[in-house]
Amino acid sequence: MKLSARITAPVAALVLAGLTATACAPQTSEGRAATDEKTGTLRVWLFQEVDNAPKKRVVDATVAAFEQRHEGAEVEVEYIPVDTRAQRVKAAFNDPKSAPDLIEYGNTDTAGYVKDGGLADISAEFAAWADAEDTDPTAKSSVTVDGRIYGAPLFVGVRALYYRTDVFRELGLTAPKSQAELISTAKKIRKARPELYGIAVGGAYTYGAMPFIWAHGGELATANGSSYRAAVNSEAARKGITAYTSLFGDDNCPAAKCAQMGGNATVTAFASGKAAMAIGGDFSHAAVEAGTVKDRYAVVPLPGVTAGSIAPAFAGGNNLGVMKSSSHRTLAVDLMKSLAGKETQGELFDAMGFLPTYTDVRARAAKKEPFVKPFIDSLAAGTKFVPASPAWGQIDASLVLPTMFQEVVSGRKDVEAASDDAAKKMDEAFATAGR
Amino acid sequence: MTMGNGTKAGGTELGGTEATRAPRPRKGADPQRSTSGLGVGIGVGIGRGSVPGSRDRSGWTPWLYLLPALVVIGGLLVYPVYQLGLISFLEYTQAQVSGGEPTSFQGFGNYTALFSDPQFWQVLLATVLFAAACVVTTLAVGCALAVLLTRVRAVPRLALMLAALGAWATPAVTGSTVWVFLFDPDFGPVNRVLGLGDFSWTYGRYSAFALVLFEVVWCSFPFVMVTVYAGVKAIPGEVLEAAALDGASQWRIWRSVTAPMLRPILVVVTIQSIIWDFKVFTQIYVMTGGGGIAGQNLVLNVYAYQKAFASSQYSLGSAIGVVMLLILLAVTLVYLRLLRRQGEEL
Repeated sequence: MKLSARITAPVAALVLAGLTATACAPQTSEGRAATDEKTGTLRVWLFQEVDNAPKKRVVDATVAAFEQRHEGAEVEVEYIPVDTRAQRVKAAFNDPKSAPDLIEYGNTDTAGYVKDGGLADISAEFAAWADAEDTDPTAKSSVTVDGRIYGAPLFVGVRALYYRTDVFRELGLTAPKSQAELISTAKKIRKARPELYGIAVGGAYTYGAMPFIWAHGGELATANGSSYRAAVNSEAARKGITAYTSLFGDDNCPAAKCAQMGGNATVTAFASGKAAMAIGGDFSHAAVEAGTVKDRYAVVPLPGVTAGSIAPAFAGGNNLGVMKSSSHRTLAVDLMKSLAGKETQGELFDAMGFLPTYTDVRARAAKKEPFVKPFIDSLAAGTKFVPASPAWGQIDASLVLPTMFQEVVSGRKDVEAASDDAAKKMDEAFATAGR
Repeated sequence: MTMGNGTKAGGTELGGTEATRAPRPRKGADPQRSTSGLGVGIGVGIGRGSVPGSRDRSGWTPWLYLLPALVVIGGLLVYPVYQLGLISFLEYTQAQVSGGEPTSFQGFGNYTALFSDPQFWQVLLATVLFAAACVVTTLAVGCALAVLLTRVRAVPRLALMLAALGAWATPAVTGSTVWVFLFDPDFGPVNRVLGLGDFSWTYGRYSAFALVLFEVVWCSFPFVMVTVYAGVKAIPGEVLEAAALDGASQWRIWRSVTAPMLRPILVVVTIQSIIWDFKVFTQIYVMTGGGGIAGQNLVLNVYAYQKAFASSQYSLGSAIGVVMLLILLAVTLVYLRLLRRQGEEL
């Protein structure tokens, strides 16, 4: 007792000192800049790619031209690692003084960043921009929140079906035309070649699973004014979930191994020759080329439900956005237009294989490089996007959809119960993080 | 634990604690008593004028010396805990941090949200059971190997020490990654040696927890082993010899002589282990891919990370942090209390 009495006094004193010495609330950043300077240094954050040199060359040329057009303006480009981008961007929002003026960001983050108050509304500039007329609608919706525009699409990423031409030839199979055929083909291959997964799928591969839900007419969530309501437990969505999860099992991709796989793991399995098919992106091309299946594969759009149709793909990709805290707004918007403009996007495609967001530039790219044709066909057939709600970041981070697939795949819950639970969690997120 | 069984020898040990504990309050009381005595003495003898000054000075002198340490502790410990508690009462997400929305006071809102989330209770239960299993296994392995160390020759002892130090020095991320690889269903040597085929350790809930437990024990037993070994070496040989002469078995010697004499050390390593294993993060995060299939292997710390950082609900994450802090404080206090009571009864 004596001991505790002797400790309480100083602790109380310290707490009091702490209370008086500091402001009583945790910090909140100011966020908005008051000035719009026409000279000075513009800071840009772009993502560091695995092989960054070609990207840097294109960016450097564009930046040099920009600096020539704007006297007194200097551009400082920094390449940030993709793994830690979330922390970096959050830190930038919190501390506007050290924040950049222009950032590259993943398009599923748009709504979250807007809610965080980090991105500037550039609707007026975007509407007056000649290039923007050819921006494809899905790409445009990935920079739009509540009808306002918060950036310019830089490239799109889309997934399609990779398959092993040698395995298909040996077994006398052809590339599947419908989802039912995809599933039966996968199982046939597994039966004939038990060392292979028919198609490598992953319980944590959300973007590979979404096309199955969409192909059956389901939605992740439906917009209701500016708010969203989960729809993963609708009849149509459940059909898609059933189709996707039917691929897990000893007759295709054993749940014990595949339940945990994400997108990269499935592509790795395909690239290393362990799978006869996989759902991979145009951006996975390099990884597959570097694997053992080089020259023994082809790509077709992921089939839809009816024979010959294409399943709606997820339109991933990155955008460029001007930070709200930028004290060089006009310059930053100009630089954004240069970097995300038609010319630079065309060059970025040549250098990096990034699919352009402009329909006309994309058509030219397809002519130049036949490899991208199935991906462009997928885009042309119509793509879908995640709900443009700030809650999406939270839903994604708390692994709501992977949990749902894994619950079904591991036999813990049936599709009804798992999708109901997922819908409940999504609605909670929409209610708290959304508006 | 074996500590509870400390019978007669526990008494001698307790005598030691009593002896070391006894002077402490006296030391603490001494200055005060003597100053007051002095004060009265002076007051009587010389006059009242100088009394408050001298009394104050001697009363505050220890604090003056403690001040640097207190400032450091205050800055590094009290202030963060205070902020943690404060944030747990606010709505504080990324939108509030970056100024998109105003910060608002929520009262116990975050706590009610947390306590009404069934997943929280599942995770809490899993964490408690998992931590308990880890603590018991770590202590058992650590103590057993410490005793073994005292019985083997120099070369095997050196080998065991080096192996343990290697495990100890391995960063948790590296260790976890290596373990996952060792137990990989396709390429791992463990399955091949055990003839388990392509059994996936991380698929089932219990096998995944077991795998993580192995790794946690592997990287935390060396601390227990080395500390207990030092303690065992400090036990006078005569005591053990006397027990042996009385015909006590090895197990009996450990239970009735060694363990009670090691009690202060065992208390420290147990509390350390409880705190470490309750807060385990890296191993779960790395080995089960952030919480296992459908979140089956989540523990509180990973759950808090998911809430606080992955989905930027800092206030909810802080509430989880506060709950963890209180649980750990309670467990430690109850544990110390129990030990002391046992001691007093004996």
